[in-house]
Amino acid sequence: MEDIKLLETIEKYLTGEMSAQERELFETIRKNTPEIDQMVVEHNMFLQHMDIYANRRRFTKLTEKTFQHLFAAGEWTLDHTVPSKAKMIQLWNKYKKVAAIAASVGGFIALTTSAIIMYFSPSLNGNQLLQLSKAIEVIKKNQQVQGHLLNEVKSKVPENAKLISGGSGFLIDPKGFIITNAHVLKGNGAIVINNIGQELHASIIYADKDLDLALLKIVDEDFSAPAAIPFSIRKKMTDLGEEIFTLGYPRNDNDIVYGKGYLSAQTGYDGDSSTYQIQISANPGYSGAPLFNDKGEVIGIMSARQKLAEGVAFAIKSNKIIDLIASIKENDDKAEIKLKISKGGLSNTTNRKDQINIFKPYIFSVRSYN
Amino acid sequence: MKADLNEQALLKGLANNDSKAVEALYKSHFNMIQHFVLNNNGSFDDARDVFQEAMITLYEKVQSSSFVLTCQIKTYLFSICKHLWLKRLQQMGKYSSPLSVQEESISVEEDLVAFEKKDAAFAIMDRALNSLGEPCKSLLEGYYINKKGMQELAQDFGYTNADNAKNQKYKCLMRLKKLFFTQYNIGD
Repeated sequence: MEDIKLLETIEKYLTGEMSAQERELFETIRKNTPEIDQMVVEHNMFLQHMDIYANRRRFTKLTEKTFQHLFAAGEWTLDHTVPSKAKMIQLWNKYKKVAAIAASVGGFIALTTSAIIMYFSPSLNGNQLLQLSKAIEVIKKNQQVQGHLLNEVKSKVPENAKLISGGSGFLIDPKGFIITNAHVLKGNGAIVINNIGQELHASIIYADKDLDLALLKIVDEDFSAPAAIPFSIRKKMTDLGEEIFTLGYPRNDNDIVYGKGYLSAQTGYDGDSSTYQIQISANPGYSGAPLFNDKGEVIGIMSARQKLAEGVAFAIKSNKIIDLIASIKENDDKAEIKLKISKGGLSNTTNRKDQINIFKPYIFSVRSYN
Repeated sequence: MKADLNEQALLKGLANNDSKAVEALYKSHFNMIQHFVLNNNGSFDDARDVFQEAMITLYEKVQSSSFVLTCQIKTYLFSICKHLWLKRLQQMGKYSSPLSVQEESISVEEDLVAFEKKDAAFAIMDRALNSLGEPCKSLLEGYYINKKGMQELAQDFGYTNADNAKNQKYKCLMRLKKLFFTQYNIGD
């Protein structure tokens, strides 16, 4: 206790929070007590290091955001004078245009999502965690075999493109902004499919791999923007034991699936403070699905589950969405995203079945292709 | 060559974490670095990493009060990137032929030594902070990095009042300092 008081005093002194009188008194003590003098010097050095550390962390983040933002805006084209190594980027630019034009090429591609391949996440502590996105296998079927059926299925995925990953996502702004996991978007382009099976082109606005969050925008003339979003994003932390539910697209037939559970810890895997641990049966495909509390507020985004423990999953906290949107706005004045944020306290007593029916149209299946 | 007015403004913005200045620097200079790295055995990702490190070097340089840039920003960034990339190639054992270079460059050894020293201290602080565990880590990050007030932190973490949160903060700080200095003194 004594040590703490002393440290507090020294910090106050060094950060200039003392009154002139306190300061004078402290300086006399300091002069007469070498131990304290030494502690002041040491703490000053420590605070300087902390300052450099804090600045560098903030600045590094700023450069990353700037880079991603400019990259997403198509600022850099690949240097063609050099044999291409970064093929990804070329493709990305190409399909970004394709998606923006919103023109669908006649679909001779039949999709089967027969194989759900689970894989280990590279960014999340090796093989302890499984991300919940699904890998999609595309089989190009013989047109003759499929006959007339194929002419009806006009997929919005560009011809010859290959679906490589998928998951769920949800609208956060009526203008068509959708939040999902960054790991759901392994390809360069994306489409979203609503609960009645309508495919819509979406462009990838932003992806933050560290947070594992991404922002999509529906860019499709077939999209009819709703007047408002029925759920709000919770800013505050959610309590332990609170009942939660999710709606997502874990199945191959693209039917929306309801799941329910409870919040089991306020930190995620290995003490990660940006996520919650939840008890829910989570299947691949739930990645990016919203996690609601009883009141129907979004409290998180489904992201991963533990490999060996059945039913243990992790969700990114909803305040990370708020942070993400704030930082996007900070970097781009033209970003017109309006989040519906709730600070808790309001009670919405709609029963669960009604809630689900109201929320369904705002939750999408997300597919990413190359 | 002295930095012109426009460049001075950019540097000032950079020192103040102005995202517009950072964006302008990326816009005007990243292509040059991309070209250089791609021409010398690197990828787009390598170019992004090297350029980011150069930006941090410049950022930390403009923070100091005694700062003077004696050449154009372009030349400075290029010189840093050239050195960093050369070093990385050597580490990977890839470096064989002389670098193909089209831009002029200056000597930046001194700045890079300063950068590396800070880099070492940064890594120690990072390790120390990460080994603290929760809620210490987030509490200290909230206060020292995100510059939140004690009142706000108390609310975020669910402490009943700011005093309790402050008390906890100092407890955590004492642990962090111990971890930091143990490593730091070995490192020196």
